[in-house]
Amino acid sequence: MKRRDARVGLLFAAPWIFGFLIFMTYPLVASLVSSFTNFSILRPPKLIGLQNYNELFHDKVFYQSLGNTLFYVLGAVPLTTVCAILLALLLNTKVKGMSVYRTLFFLPTLVPMVALGTLFLWVFNGDYGLFKQAFLKVHMTPPGWLTDPNWSKWTLILISMWGCGQAMVIYLAGLQDVPVSLYEAAELDGAKSWAKTIHVTLPMISPVILFNVVMSIIGSLQIFAVPYVMFPGGAPARSAYFYTSYLYDNAFQYQRMGYASAMGWVLFLITLALTLIALKLSEKHVHYESN
Amino acid sequence: MTAREVAGLCIAAAVMVGAAIEGSSVVTRKPEAGRVTVIYWEKWTGDEATEMRKVVNAFNTSQDKIFVQYLSISGVDTKTMLATAGGNPPDVAGIWLDQLCEFSDAKALTDLSQMARESGLGPDYYIKGYWDPLNYRGGLWALPSTPASIALHVRSDLVPADVATPETFPKTIEGLDKLAEKISKRNSNGDLVMAGFLPSDPGWWNWAWGMYFGGKLFDADKLTIDSPENVRAFHWVQSYAKRFGAKEVQSFQSGFANFASPQDPFMLGKVATEENGVWKGSYIHVFKPNIKWFAVPFPYPEDRKDLEGHSNLSQDILTIPRGAKHVKEAFEFIRFVQRQDVMEGLCEGHGKNSPLQHVSEEFFNSFITSNRNKYIRLFDELARSPKAFSTPQIGVLPQLENEMSVAFQEVSTEEKTPEEALHDAQERMTALWDTYKDQVLNQ
Repeated sequence: MKRRDARVGLLFAAPWIFGFLIFMTYPLVASLVSSFTNFSILRPPKLIGLQNYNELFHDKVFYQSLGNTLFYVLGAVPLTTVCAILLALLLNTKVKGMSVYRTLFFLPTLVPMVALGTLFLWVFNGDYGLFKQAFLKVHMTPPGWLTDPNWSKWTLILISMWGCGQAMVIYLAGLQDVPVSLYEAAELDGAKSWAKTIHVTLPMISPVILFNVVMSIIGSLQIFAVPYVMFPGGAPARSAYFYTSYLYDNAFQYQRMGYASAMGWVLFLITLALTLIALKLSEKHVHYESN
Repeated sequence: MTAREVAGLCIAAAVMVGAAIEGSSVVTRKPEAGRVTVIYWEKWTGDEATEMRKVVNAFNTSQDKIFVQYLSISGVDTKTMLATAGGNPPDVAGIWLDQLCEFSDAKALTDLSQMARESGLGPDYYIKGYWDPLNYRGGLWALPSTPASIALHVRSDLVPADVATPETFPKTIEGLDKLAEKISKRNSNGDLVMAGFLPSDPGWWNWAWGMYFGGKLFDADKLTIDSPENVRAFHWVQSYAKRFGAKEVQSFQSGFANFASPQDPFMLGKVATEENGVWKGSYIHVFKPNIKWFAVPFPYPEDRKDLEGHSNLSQDILTIPRGAKHVKEAFEFIRFVQRQDVMEGLCEGHGKNSPLQHVSEEFFNSFITSNRNKYIRLFDELARSPKAFSTPQIGVLPQLENEMSVAFQEVSTEEKTPEEALHDAQERMTALWDTYKDQVLNQ
């Protein structure tokens, strides 16, 4: 590359580099430093070593919010993955007006999170909610979607399906990249639809599945807006109190920015660990074209 | 560097500088000709914001040296805190009393003691129950905007005729319990359709139930969350879950709409009695003016007649954040709000009682003649009662209120016994309080 080209390239990338340094690198480093301090935003930070981390590991609410978050991840990630793949398979068929269906299934992902939370407060309302009416039609007693501590997380897991349109689009793109010749070869071997899906489609889109699962794990670990709107304070009885809600409360409600920073770094390490585990587990199941 | 590169750089620089200037103009004051501009952030929206705007306009036209720029913003507490940390706070911030100690401990507020003294604003000017909580660790950190006291509201058309007046309504908690049991209704499916009383409605003061049984949450630098009085109060809370069924109550309550709407459960007749603030009358007047209701002091335990006339007091407050640019002028505005005629106008607009010692007859009459709240005198009396109480003065109050709410929910859903729930809250809060003392108070 010529020196001049490099200069021009850097010039065009400068706004991004500037933004990255100011809005990403600086806060990252600052939060790492803050995590070792007693920092209330309004007072200068004071170095306290590992005290925040030590307190964190003895904090019952930390474990409760982490447990709630992992429960949500374990429920929401498989559910949205299966749902998105099924939708993508459905929308990959040759039916008239398919582009309309694709648009319709993608549209819900454009609803802002706060509006989504408000909408589902109505849907799951225990007195006049749509779900209650549906249960009553089949003579069943609906659970306390919003009020029963045993059901609050399940409610959010169900709601997570609402946002599977984004993953669905990526799966759809992956499906369209599967070579037709492979299906033809499978048909020659006598494979029916189910066998083609299991032995051709899924292995061929496995890198896409891995990507979506990893992104979904990261996104689910950071769930915030919907429970914040639907379950203020994590009510009932902190059953819907998630990790990022506790982090936010520590930072902005209780003015414990140092403690919140420590929480942020622990979450980063958990996310990193789960991502590495997902990558490791996927080694034998993901097929790349280059392989 | 070529001419094209230079041009590109210039455009990029111009965009950045432009953004910085425009961004800066959003957060800095635009001076009114020859007047000092005081920036005032307030949490209120809707009618409450409109009433305060009237006060601001009156102040701005009453003199020509100060101009108050009034901004109604959400999340005023967090934004004030961040703006203070950033060195560009508003001159006046309207926050909640619950945050006063936390903000004061963080050195985020200006001590108003001297300015108040010089302006003749002191304990004689205010009702004691409102004045005392503004003073904390030797400083005066705020003055009231509008206050409130809490009482039991009763739908006279939903209770038996023999108890349908303030004079004949049960005075004790045991009496209220019996009445609630008697008048609550279920439909043919067994679902609750009307509750005589529910401790969880509206559920805004879960920390305060122990006080109605003579308890405290914080006493002489120690947290007393699991004191016998608080345990007794939470047993009483749980008795309602047992009486109606925890799940039935949850399901029934999930249909309750916003209090500031005609679907409010009290206005709809889903609950016959409700603990609520003085403002309730104004909302009823707006949304359901035809319902029949009255207010009485919240009942006391049969064996604690000494607690008769107790009430929970709350107030919205005006503060001057640390680092405010025009402290003197900001206080001038706050002083204006404290004027009896101005304060009464604002409180009347908000449908609340006055925090001041002296209240005009016109103030009371305005509520009574307009039928907005015939019981306004009761709320004033409750505020003056020696049994009235406010939130505990402790810097970890937001956490304490949260823990009490969690304990309340655990007890209401029968997840834990009152002893377990309050023991857990005591344990957690003690650890948090110790850390707070170490990291904030002893610094």
